[in-house]
Amino acid sequence: MDYRFTVEQEAFRKEFADWLAKQIPKGFDPSKRNYYDDDEWKAAYQKFQKSLFEGGYAAMHYEKEYGGQGKTMMEQVIVQQTIATTCGELSMPGGITMGMALPTIHSCCTEAQKREHIPKILDGTYIWCQGFSEPNAGSDVANCATRAVRKNGDYIIDGQKTWTSFAHMADWCILLVRTDPSVAKHKGLSYLLVNMKTPGIEVRPMVQLTEEAEFNEVFFDNVKVPVENRVGEEGQGWMIAITTLMFERTIGDAIMGPMYERNYKRLVDLAKSTLREGKPVIENPVIRQQLAQAYIETMVLKYHGLRNLSKTLKGGIPGPEGSIGKLLWSEPNQRITENALNMQGLNSQVMRGSPWTIQDGNWQYSYLRAKGNTIEAGSSEIQRNIIGERCLLLPKDSSREARRK
Amino acid sequence: MDINLNEDQVEMMRQARRFCENETPMTFVREMFEDERGFTDDLWNKMVEMGWTAMLIPEQYGGLGMQMTDLMLVLMEHGRAVVPSPLFSTVLLGAEAIIAAGSDAQKEKYLTAIAEGSMRGTLALHEPGSGANPGYIQMEARKDGDGFILSGTKLFVTDAHAADFIVCPARTKAGIDPADGITLFIVDAKAPGVAISQLPVIDRTRKLCAIEFKNVKVGKDGILGEANKGWSPLCKVIRKACVGLAAECIGAAEKAMEIAIEYAKVRVQFDQPIGSFQAIKHRCAQMYVEVESGRSLLYYAAWAQDNTDEQEAAIAASAAKVLCTETGKNVAGSAIQVLGGIGFSWEHEIHFYLKRTKASELAFGDTLYHREQVVSLTT
Repeated sequence: MDYRFTVEQEAFRKEFADWLAKQIPKGFDPSKRNYYDDDEWKAAYQKFQKSLFEGGYAAMHYEKEYGGQGKTMMEQVIVQQTIATTCGELSMPGGITMGMALPTIHSCCTEAQKREHIPKILDGTYIWCQGFSEPNAGSDVANCATRAVRKNGDYIIDGQKTWTSFAHMADWCILLVRTDPSVAKHKGLSYLLVNMKTPGIEVRPMVQLTEEAEFNEVFFDNVKVPVENRVGEEGQGWMIAITTLMFERTIGDAIMGPMYERNYKRLVDLAKSTLREGKPVIENPVIRQQLAQAYIETMVLKYHGLRNLSKTLKGGIPGPEGSIGKLLWSEPNQRITENALNMQGLNSQVMRGSPWTIQDGNWQYSYLRAKGNTIEAGSSEIQRNIIGERCLLLPKDSSREARRK
Repeated sequence: MDINLNEDQVEMMRQARRFCENETPMTFVREMFEDERGFTDDLWNKMVEMGWTAMLIPEQYGGLGMQMTDLMLVLMEHGRAVVPSPLFSTVLLGAEAIIAAGSDAQKEKYLTAIAEGSMRGTLALHEPGSGANPGYIQMEARKDGDGFILSGTKLFVTDAHAADFIVCPARTKAGIDPADGITLFIVDAKAPGVAISQLPVIDRTRKLCAIEFKNVKVGKDGILGEANKGWSPLCKVIRKACVGLAAECIGAAEKAMEIAIEYAKVRVQFDQPIGSFQAIKHRCAQMYVEVESGRSLLYYAAWAQDNTDEQEAAIAASAAKVLCTETGKNVAGSAIQVLGGIGFSWEHEIHFYLKRTKASELAFGDTLYHREQVVSLTT
């Protein structure tokens, strides 16, 4: 057992960090949110991703023929960790692109599809979104009702997706559609790659409780998608959706720890600089206990991520036990951001833009945003169902089973 | 970076599990719970044969020179079976104190004997009024020639009734700062003036004792390490003891979880196995989340004891102590709820898991203490 990275890996981390420091745009402040305008944010992402690609740091673990660097997952993890802790905001619009679309295309697509899409993702040209959720397919993703009917060489798509992050910035979409309504619901799904410029697609931003629009509704009206844009066989959509989610979780797990470590430092700064009855709140014993718990949960996230990563490097694909990772970052984030607000007393109500704002209102935003963490990407309840049924092999809910048959 | 267990480690775990299944089944645990001594010579001798008393002892003193990660694997298995024995106290308290502070002669005398199984030891740490703060040590040691005279009371001393020697920290200089004025002493358990009595504790699979020291003379050879500077080696001992308890708790939690899940699959109510109900399923899933994430932190904390600096080792030990003992207690408590009425009965074994893990949460610094350690070392 050894938690140390090798000398070569540490040297690579330093080399990359030095290089990265030079790429960060002038005036960018990693302790603040820098982009409130979507066009500016998208452009900043594209520029940043392009520089990674040209610098030879995009997709370290992918083959060179697709624009990767032909190295191992470890180098990729180091790159991702370093970005996440120095300028994570710059890579965020590419979250779905890199975390969901790219690994799906890389592991499930045909040679032609890979050659068409991977380089354009890696050089920052295209942003992707993910069309899975629907008004009646939230936690029950397989209840997908968006129809795709085959006509000549195309699928004709009609329906609606919702909660589609970054759809308003996206050029392409990984889309889950129903191609066969006559079979059991998990079996009638297919997986398509859809150009968002195709006629008949309408994107309507949805304002969330943070007062911003990060999500969208996406409407499909008679949208024509060539059959060769399908991933895998017709009816394999569900399996492709599930497998690819498992794959990329490892990298996600490995970067969450360092991100929360950085957040912990901010939380400590806050506790030292915020006064309660004229004294720094860090002197308060209750606050101290909360800080400690935040650090402990951060350590759990970090070392659980490394344990999963280690398993993956040995050739295993993380199984359903990977579902734990989602719970380990989403639920603590709600506690940590709430602690941060509690430290501020009444000032915790003040958002960005007042002389009484603390740390640029970031904690206020994070507190509200964290409420979505236990819902998005598979709610905590769904994660616990997966763990219960697929890790612990507990029997399925009989009423749910009956409906399925 | 490689956090996978190697083949030797997997085999060591397998052997420990087989040992516990054969030698310490629940019938034995129940018997020892009621038994005054709480273990048998036969069990002790077999543990010695397994090499468990020698694992952490350096090779030059007849030990195996292994690391905390190795012992952790054995202790996880002991936790699964709630093994009653003075192994934890001897190897992680008595032996570790000698390793941390002993002179060559002391190491030769005590470690060699512990490794071969002919001697047992423990640590008399907690005092009345300390709450659960192991740094609150007020017992006095008076200078007497080139030795000392100890007087006072120590509480919650693990397995003192079965120990040949007791490491006892006491104040050789008045004050409240543990870093200044605490000296460690090695006291013969049979020395005149030492009165050991067992406490009627909740978890009697692990015996805790009160010790009255009445003018107990300790010679020069019984002074362990530097005078007034006993806190630093003591912290080292406490750190590893915490990791050891964390390991037992993860093992105990894992087994308690398995018991609950097995029951949830076969117990039928409303014409369905209760495990199909989300109220039960999610409770079981949460057990799995806590066990597996606790294990991830435990592995690191054990590794950190031998491979990082003091500060990181201390943070990791305290964090693992808080998380894993709470996990043990939560999972055992949750398992009782899944089992329903039968889980509340004396007849079912689940209560032994609750009792052991709750006791572990309190020993060698409770969660309040260790969270304070974490925050003071990270801010």
